[in-house]
Amino acid sequence: MPEHYLAAAPYFGWDLVRDVQELLRYAFMQHAYEAGTIVALSAGVIGYFVVLRGLSFAAHALSHIGFAGATGAVLLGAAPIVGLLAFTMSAGGVMGALGQRLRGRDVTIGLVMAWSLGLGLLFTALYKGSAGLAIGILFGQIFGITSDEVAVTFVAGSLTVLALVVVYRPLLFATLDEEVAEAKGVPVRGLSIAFMVILAIAVSEAVQVVGVLLIFALIVAPAAIAERFTTRPSRGVLLSAALAVLFTWSGLTVAYYFPYPVGFFITTIAFWSYILARVLSDVIARRAAGRLRPWREEQVRHSP
Amino acid sequence: MARSIPPAIVADSLAAAYRDKLIWRNGTFTVNTGEFVAVLGPNGSGKSTLLRLLLGLMPPAAGSLQVLGKRPHRGNPEVGYVPQRRNIDRDLPIRGWDFVHLGIDGDRWGVELGNNPNYHERVDQAIKSVDAQAYADRPIGRLSGGEQQRLLLAQALAGRPRMLLLDEPLASLDLRNQIVIAELVGDLARANGLTVLLIAHDINPLLPIVDRVLYVAHGGVAIGKPAEVITTEQLSRLYDAPVEVLHDSHGHMFVVGLEAESAHHDA
Repeated sequence: MPEHYLAAAPYFGWDLVRDVQELLRYAFMQHAYEAGTIVALSAGVIGYFVVLRGLSFAAHALSHIGFAGATGAVLLGAAPIVGLLAFTMSAGGVMGALGQRLRGRDVTIGLVMAWSLGLGLLFTALYKGSAGLAIGILFGQIFGITSDEVAVTFVAGSLTVLALVVVYRPLLFATLDEEVAEAKGVPVRGLSIAFMVILAIAVSEAVQVVGVLLIFALIVAPAAIAERFTTRPSRGVLLSAALAVLFTWSGLTVAYYFPYPVGFFITTIAFWSYILARVLSDVIARRAAGRLRPWREEQVRHSP
Repeated sequence: MARSIPPAIVADSLAAAYRDKLIWRNGTFTVNTGEFVAVLGPNGSGKSTLLRLLLGLMPPAAGSLQVLGKRPHRGNPEVGYVPQRRNIDRDLPIRGWDFVHLGIDGDRWGVELGNNPNYHERVDQAIKSVDAQAYADRPIGRLSGGEQQRLLLAQALAGRPRMLLLDEPLASLDLRNQIVIAELVGDLARANGLTVLLIAHDINPLLPIVDRVLYVAHGGVAIGKPAEVITTEQLSRLYDAPVEVLHDSHGHMFVVGLEAESAHHDA
């Protein structure tokens, strides 16, 4: 924050009430916390399934495809979110229809991703004088969110979480045990498409906070950490959502006091939390291996 | 077996095709309730296809099929299914217990509100019945093949089926574990009055528990007692090639002369 915007240096100290008052003093910060929390919740919940289904790269690609959509929409005079949703949802639908065949298609996905970025670059160039626009979409612009956008984010975020609650059990079944789930009457293919469309919405929301390039920090990192600490799906989902909210809040808070981009702080917190989680979970696993004698040899053999 | 109990499976002139290619035909057989049937035959002969027909995952190309008195349909809670052993990702962060739980309510929408103690008990019971309590809390990907097979079996049992369809549950297990798992399935089937169809490569670990064998080979199906079906004459006719059945002193059976046939089907 440039200093001349503020009457006095922002308060930071042991008085938590005063800290919170300080952080919520400005409307832009209130909006950032509101939108950030909703986005983090939906990203954390869907992230758990993204990691479980091995779709991290697909989620990443989806956000890049969204970049072409967002810049294209601006070029046509529409709001970026419209293009984001249109592109990510259609791409998500196609990916979902491919289902399991999507696995191991890193080259194809990567090429589509690169081409989308190229398209976005073209649209940005055609929409003259708009480097700020592209930067905003690529790296997020959480401090520029209006109260209308907060409302839109709230609706979209609630819908994604609600949709995931509705499909929770069959989605988990189809994710872990596709063949049995199919035999048990779970609409595996329909769920695969539905999941990718829900993911598309979640990704489009998250782009507002962390941008296209940093999406891994909110969708993949919290879930990847959660999966190292619990083998119970319900706890995994909740832990993942809690971590995503924690990363977002911490990032926003730190960014309020320091004149560096919030995307940098959120990704930094996510990255180092993941490193810490890896070290911690390995220590825990080793201790457990010490207790469970028959499991020990195997554990030691496969330790990284 | 009381005569009044209706048969579990009735197939009449059943044929299976994948896309336009006929896999086998003239499948006319009956499996009685509570019967343990081993399904044998070379790779690619259509054993798994038979299970897919029974599960209602694909329609018969011709003929009729009844499973537990009804036309096969997907999502039949009376049929438990363990597909061919998948390679479960070593790093899959899900404990066996939750895997088994899916066998009860995995096909229902929404989340489980609160912890249903009834389901909880059923999961524990299923895990106990396969003697997997010691490792049900560990990530399933880290368990041995035999341990995973037990938990997958528990998952199928948790749904309280009347029929079990098992696709190669003994594959990739060492001989000792093959015998142990085969005996376990036999005990469970007897205790619960289950009808079992179990696909296998080798009949020998199953000889003490099977009632009959169903041979799927060379575009046809044959059923009968092991001693009747696994004979030089029967199999030579079924394969339309000279094969020979040898017996060792323990009563084990070995089919020889099939290598060319198997290789052909594998290709």
